[in-house]
Amino acid sequence: MSSEIPAPDTPETNAAPPTASTPRAKTTGLHVGDAAPGVAKVDPIIVADGVRRTFGGLTAVDVDHLEIPRGAITALIGPNGAGKTTLFNLLTGFDRPNEGSWTFDGKSLSGVPAFKVARMGQVRTFQLTKALGLLTVLENMKLGATGQRGERFWQSLIPAMWRKQDTELETRAMELLTKFKLDAKAGDFAASLSGGQRKLLEMARALMSDPKLVMLDEPMAGVNPALTQSLLEHILDLKEEGMTVLFVEHDMHMVRHIADWVVVMAEGRVVAEGDPYSVMQDPAVIDAYLGAHQELDLGVVTGRVPAPEGAESSASAEALEDLLEEIQAEQAADEEETK
Amino acid sequence: MDWLQILSNTGAAILAPTTIAYALAALGLAVHFGFAGLLNMGVAGFMALGAYGYAISILTFGLPWWAGALIGLGAAAIFALILGIPTLRLRGDYLAIVTIAAAEVLRLLFLTTTFDEVTGSADGLSGYHGSFRESNPIPDGTYGFGPWTYNENDWWVRIIGLITLAVATFFVWRIIHSPWGRVLKGIREDEDAVRALGKNVFSYKMQALVLGGVLIAAGGVVYALPSAVNPGIYVTSLTFFVWTGLLLGGAATVFGPLLGSLLYWIVFTFLGNVLPALAQSGILPITGIQAGTLRYILIGVALMLLVIFRPQGILGNKKELTFVK
Repeated sequence: MSSEIPAPDTPETNAAPPTASTPRAKTTGLHVGDAAPGVAKVDPIIVADGVRRTFGGLTAVDVDHLEIPRGAITALIGPNGAGKTTLFNLLTGFDRPNEGSWTFDGKSLSGVPAFKVARMGQVRTFQLTKALGLLTVLENMKLGATGQRGERFWQSLIPAMWRKQDTELETRAMELLTKFKLDAKAGDFAASLSGGQRKLLEMARALMSDPKLVMLDEPMAGVNPALTQSLLEHILDLKEEGMTVLFVEHDMHMVRHIADWVVVMAEGRVVAEGDPYSVMQDPAVIDAYLGAHQELDLGVVTGRVPAPEGAESSASAEALEDLLEEIQAEQAADEEETK
Repeated sequence: MDWLQILSNTGAAILAPTTIAYALAALGLAVHFGFAGLLNMGVAGFMALGAYGYAISILTFGLPWWAGALIGLGAAAIFALILGIPTLRLRGDYLAIVTIAAAEVLRLLFLTTTFDEVTGSADGLSGYHGSFRESNPIPDGTYGFGPWTYNENDWWVRIIGLITLAVATFFVWRIIHSPWGRVLKGIREDEDAVRALGKNVFSYKMQALVLGGVLIAAGGVVYALPSAVNPGIYVTSLTFFVWTGLLLGGAATVFGPLLGSLLYWIVFTFLGNVLPALAQSGILPITGIQAGTLRYILIGVALMLLVIFRPQGILGNKKELTFVK
């Protein structure tokens, strides 16, 4: 690597163990009037109206009105088959609805192809991670940047036209990789990364385009608890840097932890909206999605394990800490090896 | 057995215009398949367009040879556009089916007697060398040594062929090692991921299809430079021979197609000389004609072994297996 590589220390994740990290303030006062499905927002970044998508006889998405607040973290939850990913695909131009209109940042997105949506600053990741396996991690990152002169056919033939820009991108990519602790892997094929690292790479790559809205489709699926913790921090960082985040997730702890606003979908419709605490008290949401026993261990629900009184949470926190230490030790060993 | 003759013939294959033509075609195919992931099974069609475009421009329209060559390349570019518009939005396999069919359609159009005056139908076209040979600055005579002894016209064909190959190789090397090439390789890996990053995937695939198609057509022009154009050359097996050369050298490399085509022709010529000789001297219990066909069987076996045991080719990166996802 010819570029300068910043020192590989990220204070916010290294210094403080995740369990001790200070909870950051939630963004409040996002909506106008009562929190109900389709409630108006003070400053919406996405406004969808009458978006409907059917697959044969099945109505996958049927959203009358939905506004996503700007500068906040919005979670999209709902049972499997509720149409969350389909709505994602529709909003990002990967799929066309049968009817409806939606705007991003005041500009209509109806009929706009996916690549143009991305150029407007609305970038997404995928539920099934799409790391470009036979490109190196650094190449993956550079691919994320938009407006590259060297990506035009004739200009690409003259390195003088794009060399400087490419070097700048490399510096930026290395900064992001360092933040996501992937800098040691920069020269490896993305195919050699683990599932969790690919999730990180996909997110870091999306950030290369300086997006206004980041849409994450199940960013935590298949990621271990320690990595989840650092991903959460990254997502909170995005908000601090002024980006809007919309994500689909099944992990309710995570939703509660970082979401400022929660949209609940079921059978293609938005059935509830609100801040995470009130939404999770909503009987309709508990019935449709969470289930009555969400706080209990599965063993307790099935009656195989006696319910532990309060002991459970601290035990799991301890286990988490142990795991984190183990992982840090492993990483240190890895670094030793690469040297 | 005349070993000297066998080796001399094999050596001559190194500088044969056919070898240079294959190398150009394989280079174009590398852009299609190796870097963009486009399964082009219509190599013969692109080569035919280059060759016929060249010959028809000279014979029917009386253009100079270089204008004929440019028209051959332009025809391939238009052909690529026509093939690409309906198929590039679909999954990769569709392009394979459409290209193999389109190449056959082209061959049959060149073969039919309907356009006999222009295409020469089954007889093909010949006698278009005047303009090309007039442009030759080499004085009359025979030059070279050993198996590489040619007259001024043969040298001129080889020089023009090699210059074309060198320019094409530099062009491809330059563009693949640029951000443009990076996008192309990203598309090969996962179209949707690249689309989500704001790249116009369709446009890139189209650019790659046209660039590769023009290079393959350049191979067709070089193929036609010294000899004649005949519809019997541009059959589907030509497509597979070029594929063999590409896979032998390494599909996702720039120099692999050149090395692969060269090795392909050395082995092919060697077998074509040594097998009949072995049959004649009674070592192989088959007739000379059977021996001549045996090499096609061996090439087919070699292609299979290659794809199974070394899918990345000779120059390919071991980790970069384009067949294994």
